[in-house]
Amino acid sequence: MVPSGSASPRSEVVVTLLLLAGAACAIAFIVIYAIDGLAHQTQLLGLAIGLSLGFIAAALIVTSRRLVVTEEIAEEYPEPEHPDERDAIVEVVHESGDRLTRKRLLGTAAGAAGGALGLALLAPAASLGPALETSSLYRTPWLRGRRLVDDKGRPLRADDIEASNFYTAYPEGADPGQMSAPVVVVRLAPAQLELPPERSGWAPEGLLAYSKVCTHAGCAISLYRSPLFEPVQPGPALVCPCHYSTFNPASGGAVVFGPAGRPLPQLPLAIDGRRELRAAGNFSGPVGPSWWGVRKGRPT
Amino acid sequence: MLRRTVRFLDERSGSAPLLLKVLRYLFPDHWSFLLGEVALYAFIVLVGTGVYLTLFFEPSLAKTVYQGTYAPLRGVQMSDAYKSTLDLSFDVKAGLLLRQTHHWAADVFVVAIVVHLMRIFFTGAFRRPRELTYLIGLLMLFTTLLEGYLGYSMVDDLLSGMGLAIGYSVAMAIPVVGANLALLIWGAPYPGDPAFESRMYVAHVFILPILIGVLITLHLALVMLRHHTQFRGERQSERVIVGVPTFPGQTPRSLGLMLSVAAVLLLISGLVQINPIWLWGPYEVGQSTNGAQPDWYLGWLIGGMRLVPSFDLTIGDYTIVPNPFWGGALFPLVVLVVLAAWPWAERRLTGDRRLHNLLDRPRDAPLRTGLGAGFLAWVFLVFISGSADRMTVLFGLPYEQLLKAFTVAVLVVPFVVFLLVWRACVELGGAEEVEHEREAAEAEARAARA
Amino acid sequence: MRTRPLLAGAAAFVLLAGGIAYAQPPSGIVRPTSESTRSPLELGAQLFAGNCASCHGSDAAGVTSPPQPGAGDIQGQGPSLRGVGALAADFYLRTGYMPLANAHEQPTRRRVLLTSAERRALVAYIASLSPGPGIPRPHPERGSVSEGMQLFTQHCAGCHQVVAQGGVVSGARVPPLTRVSAVEIAEAVRIGPYVMPTFSKRAISDDELDSIIAYVKSTQRPEDRGGWGIGHVGPVPEGMVAWLIAGIALVIACAIIGTRLRG
Repeated sequence: MVPSGSASPRSEVVVTLLLLAGAACAIAFIVIYAIDGLAHQTQLLGLAIGLSLGFIAAALIVTSRRLVVTEEIAEEYPEPEHPDERDAIVEVVHESGDRLTRKRLLGTAAGAAGGALGLALLAPAASLGPALETSSLYRTPWLRGRRLVDDKGRPLRADDIEASNFYTAYPEGADPGQMSAPVVVVRLAPAQLELPPERSGWAPEGLLAYSKVCTHAGCAISLYRSPLFEPVQPGPALVCPCHYSTFNPASGGAVVFGPAGRPLPQLPLAIDGRRELRAAGNFSGPVGPSWWGVRKGRPT
Repeated sequence: MLRRTVRFLDERSGSAPLLLKVLRYLFPDHWSFLLGEVALYAFIVLVGTGVYLTLFFEPSLAKTVYQGTYAPLRGVQMSDAYKSTLDLSFDVKAGLLLRQTHHWAADVFVVAIVVHLMRIFFTGAFRRPRELTYLIGLLMLFTTLLEGYLGYSMVDDLLSGMGLAIGYSVAMAIPVVGANLALLIWGAPYPGDPAFESRMYVAHVFILPILIGVLITLHLALVMLRHHTQFRGERQSERVIVGVPTFPGQTPRSLGLMLSVAAVLLLISGLVQINPIWLWGPYEVGQSTNGAQPDWYLGWLIGGMRLVPSFDLTIGDYTIVPNPFWGGALFPLVVLVVLAAWPWAERRLTGDRRLHNLLDRPRDAPLRTGLGAGFLAWVFLVFISGSADRMTVLFGLPYEQLLKAFTVAVLVVPFVVFLLVWRACVELGGAEEVEHEREAAEAEARAARA
Repeated sequence: MRTRPLLAGAAAFVLLAGGIAYAQPPSGIVRPTSESTRSPLELGAQLFAGNCASCHGSDAAGVTSPPQPGAGDIQGQGPSLRGVGALAADFYLRTGYMPLANAHEQPTRRRVLLTSAERRALVAYIASLSPGPGIPRPHPERGSVSEGMQLFTQHCAGCHQVVAQGGVVSGARVPPLTRVSAVEIAEAVRIGPYVMPTFSKRAISDDELDSIIAYVKSTQRPEDRGGWGIGHVGPVPEGMVAWLIAGIALVIACAIIGTRLRG
C-alpha cells in the first residue's frame, strides 16, 4: 500500500547518533538533578533536558525527511453534505410525534419545566457571595474618633507628619486588609488648601487624609508628587501607579490626570488632646472602584 | 507481534477501519499548518507541568511568616500560597525550572494561538463549512486568557495582586449587574472572602482545563471530519485534497514538532527567568509598585484602560458606567464579537456564500486582508500604549506626550494601514487570478454536467 | 586608490566629530582664571557666581519670582540654598543634576563637568552659607536587606519600582537606582529632589536608611537563579521573549519541519 523508497544508511547513522545524544543529555539531567547545592542548577537542568528533547526532535526530523517513505497522496474531500441522511433524520423525528395531538402545549410545558429546573439548579450559586447586598460595598471601618495607626499599630501623631512626605495609616483595631482601611496622610500649608466649603474643618493644621485605594481600578496610591520648588515644578499630587490617575490633595482629591472618574474619597481628620490623629467621621464618598450605584453617597 | 496486537484491538473494539482512516488521513504539506499543533503541544506541556505544580502549591491565603532560604524575605508575613511558591522555587530541585516552564508555556501558548489565528484569518480558512471550528478556536483563545490570568494571580505576589484588584474593578464596572457579579465571584468586597483563592484554584486546575480540553477535542474532530483546507496547487482543488498521510509521513514530523516545542520551552525556562516573585514580595491591599503589568496577553486591556479619558458616565448622582468598563470590558468584547462575526460579515460584504476548501493567499482577498490588518493594527497599538511608561523610563519621552500620541495613533493608524494593505493586495493582482480560476472551474463543471 | 590620505581624513573626521559630540555643551562651566591659586571657599564663591547665581540668586537666597536675566543667557528660578548644607550641594553636583540649563526641566543625571576639586570647593562654599546637614556617611553593611525591602516597598516602590528599575509619576520620570552609590541614596532620601518626597530622620531613621540602602544595593545584583533577569520588571520583557525568541524559534521549527517533502 505504501510505495517503496530508497535506503539512506548515512541518515540512519545520523539518527542513531542524535538519539544517543538525546539519551546522554537526559542522563545528564538526572545526574545534575541528583547533585545537591549545585550553582546555577536551574540553568543546567534546563539545558540538559532542553538539549535532550532537541536532539530527539532532530532525530525525528531527519527520520521524516530521509528514512520514512515520502508520499504525496491525492484523494477526494468527504461529501460536503448528506441530503439523504439529513432528510431521514428529519423524517424520523417528525414521524415519531405521530401520537401527539397537542404538540405546542406539551412543548411549552416542557420548556417551563426545563427552564424552572435549570433555574433551580443554578439557584445555590447565589450563596457564593452577597450578590444582592451591595450595601456592604459602602461599609468602612472608619468612625468618628477612630485613631489612625501605622502598619505596626503605633498611633500617628500630628507633629510627626512633616510636609513633603506621605504616610500610610490604618484604622486602629480594624482589619488592615480591607480596601476601605488604608489611608494616606499628607500635610499641606493651610493657605494652599482649596477644599469644598462643607469640608472646611476636615484638614486641621493642613493635615489631609485620603483613601489610599484608587477610585479607578483599586490599586494602592503609593506615589506622592511633592515639589521641592513649587514655582517651576508640578504641584503636590497623589498618583496611582496602575494607570496614573492623579489626584490633587489640596482640592479634595479632584482628578487632574488619568482615567479615574471619581475624586479620591477624603477622610476628615481631628487632632485629639494628645495630638494624635483621629478620624472625624467617615469618608466623603465610597472607597475603591466605582460601580453602578450612588456616586456621592457617604459610606456608613 | 504487530499483527497480534492489531487483531486484539480490532476484535475488542472494532476500530480497525477507524484506525486505518486516521493513519491515512492526509495533512496538507505546508509549514503554516503546523502552527496550530504548536499551540496543542504547548498545552500538553502546560498540563504536565501544571500537575507537577499542584503537588506543591498551597492554595490558601492563610497568613504565615517566612523563615526560609531566601534571606530578604525572612520575617515577612505572607500567605501560604506565596510561601509555597517561594519554597518550590528555592528548595525543590527542578522546582523553579518546572514553575518557569509552566509560565513560559502559558505565554507561548497564547503566542501560538494568535499566530495560528492570523494564519486562519488571512487565508480565509474560517469560511464555510469551517465556521464552527473557527468559533471554537476563538472561544479557546478567550478561555485561555482567563485561565492564564487566574494561574498567575493565585500566587498572591505584589504584581498579580494588583492585577486582581483591577479585574475586580472591571467586573464592578459592568452596567446594572457589575457590583452583584463582583460580590458573587469574590464572595465579599475586595479582597474578598478567603475562599476566593480556592475558587481561582479550582477554576484554573480543573474547570477551565477540562473546558479547554473538550474544546480542543471538538476542534480537532471538526478539522478531521471536514478535512484540512489547503493552498492552491497543481493537483489541489476544491474537490481533491493532496497531502501527506498521518502514518508514516506526518508522524515523525508531528512528534518532532512536539519535542521541539518542549525543547524550546525547557531551554528558555532554564535560561531566562520569568515571574521572579521573590523580587516582587507578597501582596498587600495598601501596597503597590510602579511598572506593574499583566502578562503580555492581557496587555491590550491595560492599554485600553490607560487610554480612556477620565469620566464615569453618570446621571445626576448615580454612576451608570464606571470608567474601567470601556477599556477593560467593552474593548475585549468588541474584539471578540468582531472576530466571531467575521465569517458572516465577509459573506455579506463579498456575496460569497460558497463552500471553500481552498485557501486564499492574503493578496487574493484585498478587503479581508486590508480590514484584518487595520483591525490588528488597532489592537496592537492599544496593546503597546499600555506600556508607554516603560518607554518613558527607557527613552526619556514624557509619558503624557506619549499617551496623547497613542490616542491619536489608535484612531488614525488603523485606517491608514487598511488603505495601504488593501491597495497593496489589489496591486499584487491575485484576486483576478482567483476569479479566473473559479470561472474556469465552474465552466468545466457545467460542461461535465451537460 | 589613495587610501592613506582617505584613512587619515576619515580618522580625523571621526575624532573631530567625537570631540565635538563629547565637548562641553554651550552652557558649560564658567570658570575663574587661575583656579589653583584660590582658596576653596574663594573658588567656590567664584564658581557659584558664574554658574549658580543666575537661578539661585547672587546671595543664594533663591529666585522665586519671574526669572532675572543671568549670566550666559540663562534665565532662572531656583530655591534658596541657605541651610541646605553640604548634603544637598554634594548630591546635586556629584550626580550632574546641577547646573541645570532650563529651570523648568526635570534635572537628570549628566556627565559631571566640574573637576573634583571644583566640586568640593563649591560644596564647601554652599555649606558655609548657613548651617546645614553634612555629607552623610551611611553604613549599609549594618542594615538588614529584609527590613530594607519592606521599607522600600512602603515608601519608594510606588515611584522607583519594587526592584528599583525606575518608573513614571505624572509630570516626571523616576530614575532607576541601578548605578547609584550608598551616599547618593542617603542624600536623595533626605533631600527629596525634584518631586520626590522628603524623608527626614523622623520619618526614616539613619538605621532604617542603612537597611534601605542595603536593599537598593541588593537590587543592583538581584537573585536571578531563574536565569537571565531581562530587566526585572516582569511581563513586558517576558512578552518580548515569548514573541521574539520563543515565537520566532517555533515558527522557524515549523518552517523546517514542514518543508515540502519531495515525493
